[in-house]
Amino acid sequence: MSATTMNPANAAAAERNSFQSSVKDAALAALLAGVLGFFFLGLRTDIAPGGLALSTRWSLWLTAIAIVFGGRLALNLFVFKTDRPVTGLLSVFTSRAGAATAGWGWWIGRLLFAIALFLPFIIMQMFPSQQRQLIDLAILIMTYIMLGWGLNIVVGLAGLLDLGYVAFYAVGAYSFALLSTHFDMIGFWTALPLAGLLAAFWGLILGFPVLRLRGDYLAIVTLAFGEIIRVVLLNWYDFTGGPNGISGIPKPTLFGMEFVRGDDGVAAFLGLEFSTIHRFVYLYYIIFLLAIITNIVTLRLRRLPVGRAWEALREDEIACRSLGINTTNTKLTAFAIGAMFGGFAGSFFATRQGFISPESFTFLESAIILAIVVLGGLGSQVGVVIAAVVMIGGIEMLRNIGFLQAVFGTGFDPTQYRMLIFGLAMVGIMIWKPRGLVSSREPTVVLKEKKKIGADMVSQGEGH
Amino acid sequence: MSAALMETPAATGQHNWEVDPILTVEHLTMRFGGLVAINNLSFNVGRGDITALIGPNGAGKTTVFNCVTGFYKPTEGRIVMRHGPGRQQEAVDKLTASGFKWQKAQDSAVFLLERMPDFEISQHAKVARTFQNIRLFGGMTVLENLMVAQHNMLMTASMFTVGGIVGLPSFREAEKGAVEKAKYWLERVNLTSRADDPAADLPYGAQRRLEIARAMCTEPHLLCLDEPAAGLNPRESAELNEILQYIRKEHETSVLLIEHDMGVVMEISDHIVVLDYGVKISDGDAQHVRTDPSVIAAYLGVEDEEIEDTPEIASLVVEALGEEAAVEAGIEVPPSKDGDRP
Repeated sequence: MSATTMNPANAAAAERNSFQSSVKDAALAALLAGVLGFFFLGLRTDIAPGGLALSTRWSLWLTAIAIVFGGRLALNLFVFKTDRPVTGLLSVFTSRAGAATAGWGWWIGRLLFAIALFLPFIIMQMFPSQQRQLIDLAILIMTYIMLGWGLNIVVGLAGLLDLGYVAFYAVGAYSFALLSTHFDMIGFWTALPLAGLLAAFWGLILGFPVLRLRGDYLAIVTLAFGEIIRVVLLNWYDFTGGPNGISGIPKPTLFGMEFVRGDDGVAAFLGLEFSTIHRFVYLYYIIFLLAIITNIVTLRLRRLPVGRAWEALREDEIACRSLGINTTNTKLTAFAIGAMFGGFAGSFFATRQGFISPESFTFLESAIILAIVVLGGLGSQVGVVIAAVVMIGGIEMLRNIGFLQAVFGTGFDPTQYRMLIFGLAMVGIMIWKPRGLVSSREPTVVLKEKKKIGADMVSQGEGH
Repeated sequence: MSAALMETPAATGQHNWEVDPILTVEHLTMRFGGLVAINNLSFNVGRGDITALIGPNGAGKTTVFNCVTGFYKPTEGRIVMRHGPGRQQEAVDKLTASGFKWQKAQDSAVFLLERMPDFEISQHAKVARTFQNIRLFGGMTVLENLMVAQHNMLMTASMFTVGGIVGLPSFREAEKGAVEKAKYWLERVNLTSRADDPAADLPYGAQRRLEIARAMCTEPHLLCLDEPAAGLNPRESAELNEILQYIRKEHETSVLLIEHDMGVVMEISDHIVVLDYGVKISDGDAQHVRTDPSVIAAYLGVEDEEIEDTPEIASLVVEALGEEAAVEAGIEVPPSKDGDRP
């Protein structure tokens, strides 16, 4: 190729050559598509009276061949057989964007915090017609952010792959639901710490048997644990109500005042006109506060010896033991603290819904939370936020998109393809950013200059 | 072979490792199923000495290390670690008879390592180790590696995290002290300029030095090094020698090392123990081991008698050990071969 720059005649010849070979290659691919597609696309058998009837679909077959030819030719000309592939430009752009975000991570975090702080008011100002729906969505996203941060302790920091995290979410939710329905004096704020403690206790219970397990085996046992909890909740009819669930869970109060119409409601006390939206705004701020507490505690723990031991455990367990770190206790604290935040989120979930049943705690929930953590980048707090917004918000957005109908015809119902689109998007992100959206690690202690540690250095722990 | 052992000067009890051992390995046996990796091995590590454990590949050296540091539970035998001077035989006997793992007195303590799990050996008995295939926390910075090594001290200072979360001033002090200690060791191993780089980014020799520094941050009484000079170039190897000498002199830390580089071993060790097929074949100072025919035989893979009888083997011995040693071992130096070697 270096010769072509010296001689223009040669260059033209090379160009012609590359074009010729591109066309040849595309024709070959089209031929292959034609042969392969002949029976699948070109011919069609229908059940007709007295046997099968053969009908032909030449136009479909030819269209497929044309698409293959055109696509292959375009790929050849612009990517495979050219000096400057289009994808090269793309990768330059993304790597630049990556470097920029690494430096801007701090600002992104601050910006997201500021937006989250005023989000209900922003929504009420900008979308008054949809405010209830949107604040509800914000609450949902915030719940998943909190769950993601909780799981990030176990998976991201300690490197223990936990596929049953939703079990602790369920423990928290049922703790609050059962406590509040059996004891009148227990409201949301008294039940919250109890739910956290109970979830942490169950975290320890799970932690003990799985301590010896590593990698895939650990993942399987945690998966089983999640299912055990769900099945027990489903079948212990006398205690949990089985598939009927528990209803009538009290709403959270503000210093003992309820969000109701009337003289003793919060609205009357604050001198506002009563509106149902107040309760949603309040719920949003509760989960916002809980999530921020989760974040602050996690960030704090990372800088403490126990957090450093978690990360060291993720890097090399044997080296940890050689340095006198009790890996058993370290793993248990990670499980327990992660479970505790799951429990907090669970009791919030119960009070928000007012009704819970085992259906809310399926394996899919665990998978979504884990996907948020992995997609966001193991160990990264900002990454979890972005991933939760993208995933949960994305799923909800896909519920009502009309434009796809314009593409696929009026018979197309986007909600049916929601999970398919979602899955494809995840595959795409994982191919582009295999270590998650924010994959660099920040050191917890610095001597002179803080340097980010690239994802290729950081080990992912067991079972990844 | 055992007859040769009895004749060593050690039997007279004049050596440091006989009088004041920090670690005694007694009748240690380790079996993996049918394979006997170590068979009835006994040796001492003197307080303040640099002791080398050498032997051909597969002799069981690393297995001994893993037994001493608790990564393996020995099949049989006793491993005693002592803080404070002397053999403390009385305390050891009493402890063995009792079911406890260790016994602490005013300014001395004895530990039965075979009863303790690995992390307690590092935490309480103060035995630190490095690994043959370096085990650093690659995704953490050099400084963080050294901070993790001070985990137990910091954990106590943070009142098991509770005090750390609320930000106790005493914990901040302790953390500052930990950073100071890390800085001290970084300077000693010449890594201060790379303190904020991820450990996986360091070149090989620096990783070896960092692993030693990390082990030293646990304030060990005994430092076990598994092939610290493996893969080092001569200059790095010399630096390593200096570091080890410094550790021994300034920190009163005894060193037990496995090493193949005979240059390092002969130069710095006070005491050498030679293993072959899990059995001790020689035990003494460098001079003694260097001239022991059974050691030479083990390294060449032949019987003792063959060395003197076969001129080819004799010349190999001369090549490996040097003329002087060969003469001392009673091997005739074949004159013709001498000039050919570069």
